[in-house]
Amino acid sequence: MNDELAIEVRGLRKRYGDLEAVRGIDFGVRRGEVYGLLGPNGAGKTTTVEILEGYRERSDGEVTVLGHDPQLRPRDLRERVGIVLQTTGVYRHLTVRELLRHFAGLYPTPRDPDEVIEVVGLRGKEDARTRTLSGGQLRRLDLALALIGDPELIFLDEPTTGFDPAARREAWDTIRSLKALGKTVVLTTHYLDEAQALADRVAIVKDGRILVEGAPAELGAGDGAARYRVAWRNGTGMLNQRETDDPTSLLHELTAAALARGERLESLSVSRPTLEDVYLELTADA
Amino acid sequence: MPDAAAAPARGFAALTWRQYRLERRMFWRNPSAAFFNFLLPLLLLVLLGAVFTTQSDRDVIVPGIAGMAVLATTFSALAYNMVFLREQGILKRMRGTPLPSGAYLLGIAGNAVMNTAVQMVLIVVVGKAFYGIDWPQNVGELVLFVVLGVVCFASLGVALAHAIPTFEAATVYVNAIFLPIVFISIDVRNDPAFLKGIAEALPLAHLIDGMSAAMVSGAAVGDLLSAIGVLALWTVLGVTLAIRGFSWEQRRS
Repeated sequence: MNDELAIEVRGLRKRYGDLEAVRGIDFGVRRGEVYGLLGPNGAGKTTTVEILEGYRERSDGEVTVLGHDPQLRPRDLRERVGIVLQTTGVYRHLTVRELLRHFAGLYPTPRDPDEVIEVVGLRGKEDARTRTLSGGQLRRLDLALALIGDPELIFLDEPTTGFDPAARREAWDTIRSLKALGKTVVLTTHYLDEAQALADRVAIVKDGRILVEGAPAELGAGDGAARYRVAWRNGTGMLNQRETDDPTSLLHELTAAALARGERLESLSVSRPTLEDVYLELTADA
Repeated sequence: MPDAAAAPARGFAALTWRQYRLERRMFWRNPSAAFFNFLLPLLLLVLLGAVFTTQSDRDVIVPGIAGMAVLATTFSALAYNMVFLREQGILKRMRGTPLPSGAYLLGIAGNAVMNTAVQMVLIVVVGKAFYGIDWPQNVGELVLFVVLGVVCFASLGVALAHAIPTFEAATVYVNAIFLPIVFISIDVRNDPAFLKGIAEALPLAHLIDGMSAAMVSGAAVGDLLSAIGVLALWTVLGVTLAIRGFSWEQRRS
């Protein structure tokens, strides 16, 4: 086991009857990093995360989370992990503060409920019954409940789905503040910009496999997953565009030809593939 | 880090107690739960007591309502509650915390049992004060049957929850069982033969027999061994099904 790694996954597989939802996944999450699992719905992200959280038993492979096997559900692990699930209810007849106090009592070194209320932006709602909260406020409460035990490792399964843009930005700030506190965060999302904005490293998942993994800014470049795009206008003003794995020789070829014709290549640009290009190319159906 | 003195106790018993107290608080804040689990049996006791005025009728009604109250506070309440908690995702959320599953479920069950106990006291007091039923002949026998009934019907309620697909369907499933069983079991002697056969195969009539012995006739426990046997068999079935079908997660359609 590697002490640098909060999570280590090798050869993970999960079958539901005939369906294989996870088909051999390997990755590691370093302590203190934000790790993103990005992929379309049904890619196997949630199944993978729920195995790490201890909700599901794997069919095959090795998984270590904070030094434990999550499917044995040791209490020590549950005390050190915070979980935001995709859809979960709360007790409807309790107030926000009552609920957080109750959950705080389940952990050995909880955070102060009022401080957590402040962190997630629920100030002013402390004494509101949870059934009166809006969808966005309930999502913040989910996050508050995940943070109340002061966990080392936090799982966020699509934490901003259904948020308006302002609420998303606030949630992003909260997630960044977790990283600043040295927490390890595993984030699943189908929003590219979210992965790009938050994750130190991203794995793109499709059909139960990891297609590529790396820092969002570097992802795709160089491994042939997506190609450079060269665009220019020719003498008649028409926009041309070509994709290449080798922009150097393509530019040489284009510029030599243009010079030979005595033309200029107006609006010449070379763009590196963005995470979005990589993602769309990798996840496109064949 | 909070000092040890400030940190709440987190042993199994302390956590169970904590969960139980939370369940109690929530129970009284939920008006429909408080009504159906708590006030309905008492309301029926008052109404039936007003309609049936002979002592022989009241001797049947009071233990019958006591049996029904056990059914309502355990079987109906837990079936409904477990479906709600499962479909809302609350079970799954709690499973992600350090709270031991046993402490959590005992806290929920404790809430139901407390409702049963309070109902029993109220029914005995109302029976004595207004319906000419003396204090229980044999308190030990009453406690024995209440305990048997609670364990039997609580486990059957949890088992039923596994068969209910959605929260919307819960009321229908629960009442489709609760109402007919109460109807045929409350006075088995007046049932036509085929209904009598059904009622005697089911546990409620036997619980009511035990209630009746403890509260009215004073029949000894030794005369009720067959009733105890039927309750025990249903308990074995209930516990087996409750454990085998248990799911912490929402049903996927």
